[in-house]
Amino acid sequence: MSKKITISPITRLEGHGKIEIFLNDAGEVDHAFFQVPELRGFEKFCEGRAAEEMARITPRICGVCPTAHHMASAKALDDLFDAPPPPAARKLRELMYSTFMVEDHLLHFFFLGGPDFIVGPDAPAGARNILGVIGKLGTEASLRLISLRKRCREIMSTIGGKAIHPVSAVPGGMAKGLTENDRENAVAVAAEAVDFCRFTLQAFGEIVLNNPAYVELVTGEIYRHDTYYMGMVDRNGKVNFYDGQINVVAPDGTQFAKFGAADYGTHIAEHVEPWTYVKFPFLRKVGWAGFRDGAGSGILAVAPLARLNASSGMATPLAQAEYERMFATLGGKPSGHTLAMHWARLIEALYAAERMLELASDPEVASKDIRNIPTRIKGEGFGVVEAPRGTLYHHYQSDSRGLITKVNLIVATQNNIGRIALSIDKAAKALIHGGKVEEGQLNKIEMAFRAYDPCLSCATHASPGSPSPEIEIRNPDGSVLRTLCWGRTTGPRE
Amino acid sequence: MANPKVAFYWCASCGGCEEAVVDLNETVLKVTEAVDIVLWPVALDFKYKDVEAMADGEITVAFINGAIRLDEQQEIAALLRRKSQLVVAFGACAHMGGIPALANFKDRESILSRVYSEVPTVVNPDRIVPQTESVCGRHKLELPGFWDKVCRLDEVIPVDYYLPGCPPMPDTIVNAVMAILEGKLPARGTVLSPNRNMCKECSRLPKKPEKITLSRFVRPYEAVVPDDECFLAHGVVCMGPATRSGCGERCLKGNMPCRGCYGPCDETPDQGAAMLSALSTLIDGTDASATERIAGSFDDIAGTVYRFSASGSLAYKGALLPKGGTK
Repeated sequence: MSKKITISPITRLEGHGKIEIFLNDAGEVDHAFFQVPELRGFEKFCEGRAAEEMARITPRICGVCPTAHHMASAKALDDLFDAPPPPAARKLRELMYSTFMVEDHLLHFFFLGGPDFIVGPDAPAGARNILGVIGKLGTEASLRLISLRKRCREIMSTIGGKAIHPVSAVPGGMAKGLTENDRENAVAVAAEAVDFCRFTLQAFGEIVLNNPAYVELVTGEIYRHDTYYMGMVDRNGKVNFYDGQINVVAPDGTQFAKFGAADYGTHIAEHVEPWTYVKFPFLRKVGWAGFRDGAGSGILAVAPLARLNASSGMATPLAQAEYERMFATLGGKPSGHTLAMHWARLIEALYAAERMLELASDPEVASKDIRNIPTRIKGEGFGVVEAPRGTLYHHYQSDSRGLITKVNLIVATQNNIGRIALSIDKAAKALIHGGKVEEGQLNKIEMAFRAYDPCLSCATHASPGSPSPEIEIRNPDGSVLRTLCWGRTTGPRE
Repeated sequence: MANPKVAFYWCASCGGCEEAVVDLNETVLKVTEAVDIVLWPVALDFKYKDVEAMADGEITVAFINGAIRLDEQQEIAALLRRKSQLVVAFGACAHMGGIPALANFKDRESILSRVYSEVPTVVNPDRIVPQTESVCGRHKLELPGFWDKVCRLDEVIPVDYYLPGCPPMPDTIVNAVMAILEGKLPARGTVLSPNRNMCKECSRLPKKPEKITLSRFVRPYEAVVPDDECFLAHGVVCMGPATRSGCGERCLKGNMPCRGCYGPCDETPDQGAAMLSALSTLIDGTDASATERIAGSFDDIAGTVYRFSASGSLAYKGALLPKGGTK
């Protein structure tokens, strides 16, 4: 009887990612498909809404990174209403945004991606989670993490009204300012954030980088793809999350394109497949060449490692030192090592914390001059930010009353979807042979996609979904061998 | 005695309701000590078949968030209904449809067309649209179809309680969970937040004028409203008059008007109708043409007064359950 292994979703989980791996007659992987099975249609149902309401509606694309949608939307609305915010409002927005980036990046590292390294990729599944991390790092560090996350989210609520689905960014600025007391609190939290991010990078160095087996895993061939890399940079070419130009470098690191938000359509296009609701962004000038990497394929990468690849460095000193250390270790820039995304994410968290401290220390951030009232409706607006999981574009058109007529969204994780599909296919092909699923190798397939910190709510703004897809790996008789999940892994091992 | 069993499940949602649970911080640990969680896809490992294997009614309470738009969502909601003594619609989407239900103002075909053919970035000369069944090479792949309509949870299964909000407040969540665990249950069908109108306890009440007369509707982008003054007094639509209290006034604290995520009070089940009724009493009605002019200055009425409650509202009264599936 010929062997057949199918990785299929657990049917209970609607809207979650789904992976189908097809084997050929020799039991080798023929193709692994990454599917996203949902659709909501924000692009359509936002038509007719009052434009300024977009900053309150679009955060509901994703409850994990609503701050990113709120900011991209606000920037698109500044443009649509031709009302640039006063400098203080811009700083206040970036302070909220930096606080969010610290909190979100740390959440992923400690709860989702980090356990594979801190506890170990081969540790028992039951220990490979946040509790295992607490056990490894100790109670004190864990309490610091929980406390820091809570205090960051309090600052986000103070500025934005709500941490989940913030409200206060409006066309032309902010509806609410920061008090001097709130600003001083933000300085204290930012200082703690800088300290904690340094501690985390130190722990990462000790646990991962001092372990040759881990270094081999990170720099191994299974987890490598050479693609184009995209990220936002400031005028000095340094990574910036809130504002700047979008920079794209080629797989060999040469400069490929640099553009502002309004030109996104010249550079980014989307490919449609009949077997998934998510669209695959690619570089228009390279073209869609199917599911392959290299300079001839328009598939691109976004999010932490891609941003570092596409930049000339970090704008803050501590993060810059870590940036240099990372690329020296990885053997130069750009790096196609998918697992190094975990490292890049921590460097970005440190940058966000340093930036948060700079902004909170600036008295202007507590200024009352935070809003310009729009005096005309231009009728079209483009907004772009770097969300934790990648470049996020909002593009609106309106009628003369400022009612939305057209919406287009290219959302963070969605930019990475082509590369995630490549990563899953490559890992499956490398790890499954002769129809056998080696139990000890399976977490390594999981690690191929977990590094992206994928957020399918975002990837499929067209889709509701959840950030937690599950996969079942089935034996030929249909019984479940193991369950894989975005955040953690379950099921029998050994 | 064994701990009560609790299930959390999500349907068409954004993940914000799960974040709201995570935001309980240390309180969530207290709750988890008092219960056995038997299903929570975002955080724990229990499987669908584990739930299927349970006796009917074995789960004390299932909290379900998200709206309903797919066959699978309906099926799992029905399974959890069968296995659970109580079902709580958690958050605005399960309660009233939420933001995803704004799609009920559009038809399914126009959504597909916009997303896959019309947006300026799509390159799709063959006008490919995702299919419930497709063949790629020699491989057959499947996708779930999506309904013509977004439903709230109680349109597909009977619901015992509603926990409102987008997302629900920590207090709202903890109070509801504790009431259930301690058996202090209100009447079936209760919305688990005080049945009091937001305006009646608004922190901006001290500066609210005796009488508000609207001579024009003002858009939020047009006016700076001081952070202790009534939005409606400035002509800015605030959903407070048609909304239940308990949200902690989070949007007002961000100095933005209410959009009604906690839903209406018991006496006025259709939130949009309640809001229009409240607004009509504020419009300066000295003559018919003035009234018409003022009403005409209210942009996107439906998308505002039904921002979170488009499923099952009067606007859709009589709408049948969706046919299900794509063609």
